[in-house]
Amino acid sequence: MDYINLFIKSIFVENMVFAYFLGMCSYLAVSKKVKTAVGLGAAVVFVMIITVPANYLLDNYLLKPGALAWLSPELADIDLSFLSFIMFIAVIASMVQLVEMIVERFAPSLYNALGIFLPLIAVNCAILGGSLFMQQKDFANVGESAVYGLGSGIGWFLAIVAIAAIREKIAYSNIPAPLKGIGITFIITGLMAIGFMSFSGIEL
Amino acid sequence: MSEDKALFSKKNIKLLTDPLNDNNPITVQVLGICSALAITVQLKPAIVMAVAVMFVLIFSNLIISLLRNLIPNRIRIIVQLLVVAALVIIVDQILKAYAFDVSKQLSVFVGLIITNCIIMGRLEAFALGNKPWASVLDAIGNSGGYAIILIIVAFFRELLGSGKLMGYEILGHKAKTIAESTGLYHYGYQNNGFMLLSPMALIVLGIVIWVQRSKNRKLIEQH
Repeated sequence: MDYINLFIKSIFVENMVFAYFLGMCSYLAVSKKVKTAVGLGAAVVFVMIITVPANYLLDNYLLKPGALAWLSPELADIDLSFLSFIMFIAVIASMVQLVEMIVERFAPSLYNALGIFLPLIAVNCAILGGSLFMQQKDFANVGESAVYGLGSGIGWFLAIVAIAAIREKIAYSNIPAPLKGIGITFIITGLMAIGFMSFSGIEL
Repeated sequence: MSEDKALFSKKNIKLLTDPLNDNNPITVQVLGICSALAITVQLKPAIVMAVAVMFVLIFSNLIISLLRNLIPNRIRIIVQLLVVAALVIIVDQILKAYAFDVSKQLSVFVGLIITNCIIMGRLEAFALGNKPWASVLDAIGNSGGYAIILIIVAFFRELLGSGKLMGYEILGHKAKTIAESTGLYHYGYQNNGFMLLSPMALIVLGIVIWVQRSKNRKLIEQH
């Protein structure tokens, strides 16, 4: 039951886009068409479900204060958590390189449509943010961190597909010229965020 | 004399002033949005974040520009990430030492400076292809533009959301009853608590963009 609770919470209550504003740059830039939004969202889910548990293991067995105790008892005093940023980013960058190679091989049209935004997943704040939040939340085991990674990724996927669908529809609306494009997207995202606030406090 | 001219030539001054309005990193280039929304609940963390980003941007632009002819193309993203990550670790440790309560408020967003698209964006778009002095000016200009937007959004959110600025009560003191309150609260004014929540940051930013593009019509998107 705890896993399901965590899963639902990370998709709706602690949505990466609407609650924490992570991954906004690619969210705004790639949401003009639903097809590319789905492709990028899927890539983000894939990267998150691998990097969050990997970083959890890294954090627990290498970086946390006292983590090195499994190597030898004298090393139990060492606190390497200041290296977290570099190690997490290294894991994420290598995973993204792997995803890029897979997409180029198996879905070349998607690869062309995404263009520069595929390697930019490495600097997508949602991915690093997922790992950093995981570090703060202190999960009991790697399974919980995997569920959290999957849920966060799906939450981001949901957000980008929703805004892409809306942006495709409002292409024919009478928006004041200064608001066209980015301006109205911000306001719509704000309204969607208000909508998602209705999920806060859900407990299963 | 002529050296002074070269340092602050017209082209170089443009590097400083363009990102403040015409090429603003947040409202025009659409970079650095994540932090602009998340930490603008109060003015003080917004200012600290702007200073932190300025520090990281200036030094990473400088370092990458100095190294630009030595970095192999295939691993350039990794090299950039390493340089930025190292600088952010320094900033994080300094913040934890000298401004611990602000550092707690900023929490993960200090680490997220690494993925702040402004930094990676300027490194890719400018520092990799330009000389060190120009890169430093570009960094100062872009972090200035970022700071302006951050301060505007935080100003309205803190003032309207809690009646304070930088922690000081500007609109008067709110006591338990209206009669005991001073300033505007005495007349029945209530804080707009909604301003402190995430969605309003997005809407305030949308309005800032609206105002900017109405004044500066050439920024309007054509499609």
